[in-house]
Amino acid sequence: MQNPYLPYPVRIDDITVEAEDKSLKTFKFVFLNEGDEDQFAYRAGQFAELSIPGKGEIPIGIASSPVEKGFVKFTVNRAGVVTTHLHNMRAGDRMGLRGPLGNCYPWDLLEGKNILIVGGGFAFTTLRSSIVYMLDPANRSRFGNIDVVYGARSPGMLLYKDELVEWEKRDDINMHITVDGTDDPDWKYNIGFVPPITEQKAPSGGADTYAIVCGPPIMIKFTQPVLEKLGYDHDHIIMSLENRMKCGFGMCGRCGIGKELVCKDGPVFTLNQINRTPREY
Amino acid sequence: MTLLTIDKQNWTQGLAAAADHYRLFGPVKEKDQHRFKALEKGQLPDLDLVNTRLSPKDLVFPQSEIMLTYSLDESREDHHIMKEAHTDHAPRAVVGMRPCDARAIQLVKLNFDTPDVKDPYWLKAYEATTFIGMACDTPLSTCFCTSAGCGPYNAEGLDILMMDRGGTYLAKIFTEKGKAFADTAGWNQATPEAAEAFVAAKEAAEAKMVSTISTDNLADTDLLDLHGAPFWDDIAFACLNCGTCTFTCPTCWCFDIQDEVQGKSGVRMKNWDSCMFPIFTVHTTGHNPRDTKTQRVRQRFMHKLKYFVDKYQTGIMCVGCGRCVRQCPVNIDIRRVCELMNSFKPADACVAQG
Ligand SMILES: Cc1cc2nc3c(=O)[nH]c(=O)nc-3n(C[C@H](O)[C@H](O)[C@H](O)COP(=O)(O)OP(=O)(O)OC[C@H]3O[C@@H](n4cnc5c(N)ncnc54)[C@H](O)[C@@H]3O)c2cc1C
Ligand code: SF4
Ligand code: SF4
Ligand code: FES
Repeated sequence: MQNPYLPYPVRIDDITVEAEDKSLKTFKFVFLNEGDEDQFAYRAGQFAELSIPGKGEIPIGIASSPVEKGFVKFTVNRAGVVTTHLHNMRAGDRMGLRGPLGNCYPWDLLEGKNILIVGGGFAFTTLRSSIVYMLDPANRSRFGNIDVVYGARSPGMLLYKDELVEWEKRDDINMHITVDGTDDPDWKYNIGFVPPITEQKAPSGGADTYAIVCGPPIMIKFTQPVLEKLGYDHDHIIMSLENRMKCGFGMCGRCGIGKELVCKDGPVFTLNQINRTPREY
Repeated sequence: MTLLTIDKQNWTQGLAAAADHYRLFGPVKEKDQHRFKALEKGQLPDLDLVNTRLSPKDLVFPQSEIMLTYSLDESREDHHIMKEAHTDHAPRAVVGMRPCDARAIQLVKLNFDTPDVKDPYWLKAYEATTFIGMACDTPLSTCFCTSAGCGPYNAEGLDILMMDRGGTYLAKIFTEKGKAFADTAGWNQATPEAAEAFVAAKEAAEAKMVSTISTDNLADTDLLDLHGAPFWDDIAFACLNCGTCTFTCPTCWCFDIQDEVQGKSGVRMKNWDSCMFPIFTVHTTGHNPRDTKTQRVRQRFMHKLKYFVDKYQTGIMCVGCGRCVRQCPVNIDIRRVCELMNSFKPADACVAQG
């Protein structure tokens, strides 16, 4: 019997400071034991438990993409005990990684469709995983138009800045980057919150278009009516939820919303599914 | 199935013989209450009991259990690498558990033993255990097992079910595990004519049951309608969020995972937890999806009487043992809550709200 509580041993290979206030760092992990990376076969949209012996475990969305081999990446916001400890760790340190956990974005449904991605703040991590997956030369032809609306508080808080510049240059993806505000006179992208920018820039919905939304609750709340106005059906709006988690695979009972468990039945749900569960997230 | 007679001398000798091959657990009297404990050598389970205050669920799901161990000492080769803790899975038997508690373990099994993930701690302990039940001839006024998918002579989840006939015990053996235990104990006196005794005693015990609940409408009532029903504040009004109901309940299974370190060596443990506690769901941001007492009380009852019903189609997540009814310090009674939920019509809510 495989022990699902037992993490794979990993080593921190590299740490990138993402946000100007240093609250967000991307950790690149490599597996210590041969074979573990193959076992950890994930799909974009899944999460894992980062496990620091002596401190605890936390659920974090996988930021790297299945098409990137040799490592796994996570972008972590410094929030409390475990994340603060992680932020103080260095390349070379060892810890644990458990997963992959949860469902993923519904790639079978999304195949052949136009995709609108709406992301805010550091919830952009699993959306990065999806974008890198779809843009991979082996996969790009399997999707229609790709539009991305991505917003952060200020230019300094945007994640993955180098990649944003690269994607901006490509003609097979439409990037709509925005910040809440900036005093940078050279800022050449949008200014404004994610929902109004979505309203201005996003393509209309329809049978061939799916929207994937990930962000803080307030952003999701105000993006939903915009997508409805643009003609997106509730079955075509896909969201990723966060609830307090422990086991991550449906046993500890912590992350339940009605009869769904966010860790196992989610974290990805359609708006239609969410509308049929109590508002406890 | 085999039927056996065990006279009291045979009983004592049999348990002594079994103790060489099994770790034995059973109810033991402590002050004026019974409790399930590991039996000392030569100690007999005290079967003259009403329902214990705590259920024997901790035999397979300990209140606190070490899952993983590790060292933080960087001079060691294996520092920071987590390993499965050693747990003893030698054969053991619990002697004298009630049918309600045995069924409860089967309900909990649905959570820990699923087609895609298995909890090795729960499952290995479960598989190592032989469950020997004692039918219940003295239901309490708070027992309602017969209407909660169970009954005082229910055999579900038991390897052996015994009944007390004064001078002797009658035993029904259902499984290979049960047979192996009876063989080890040397219980082999077949009594073909005793089957009727079980039937008569079962009827007599069921007739003593004074308390029932109705659950027939729960599956068909809409989940969101029930969640939005107007009675939750009233039900929750007196609740102290003490968690007693969840800790004593044989079907509650929620747990927490925590690390504990002493010097350079550490463990990761699993501890019982409760949806009654405010921090159960609080996010690091401070946002709490179940911020109020009413939301938490509703979660407990909705989980038992609606979410579970919808998810597994095997009835409610309650076996009618009555422990939460007896031990709630403010007399919150699941029978009344079930009644309100089962008779709830969404239309009433519209009228009530004007
Ligand atoms: C599916 C999912 C994906 C996520 N993805 C990301 C991501 O990509 N990036 C990101 O930055 N964040 C992400 N999060 C949020 C992230 O999990 C939390 O920010 C993180 O758990 C905070 O951990 P902490 O230890 O720093 O916080 P703390 O609140 O200090 O501690 C949380 C840990 O300690 C325990 N704990 C804390 N307080 C108590 C208490 N009073 N009693 C008992 N136990 C307690 C908790 O159970 C938990 O294990 C995600 C969450 C989910 C559910
Ligand atoms: S809910 Fe109450 S009556 Fe039902 S099994 Fe749990 S403790 Fe017993
Ligand atoms: S035992 Fe009673 S008071 Fe305590 S949490 Fe349960 S319902 Fe509330
Ligand atoms: S985190 Fe344990 S059930 Fe979801």
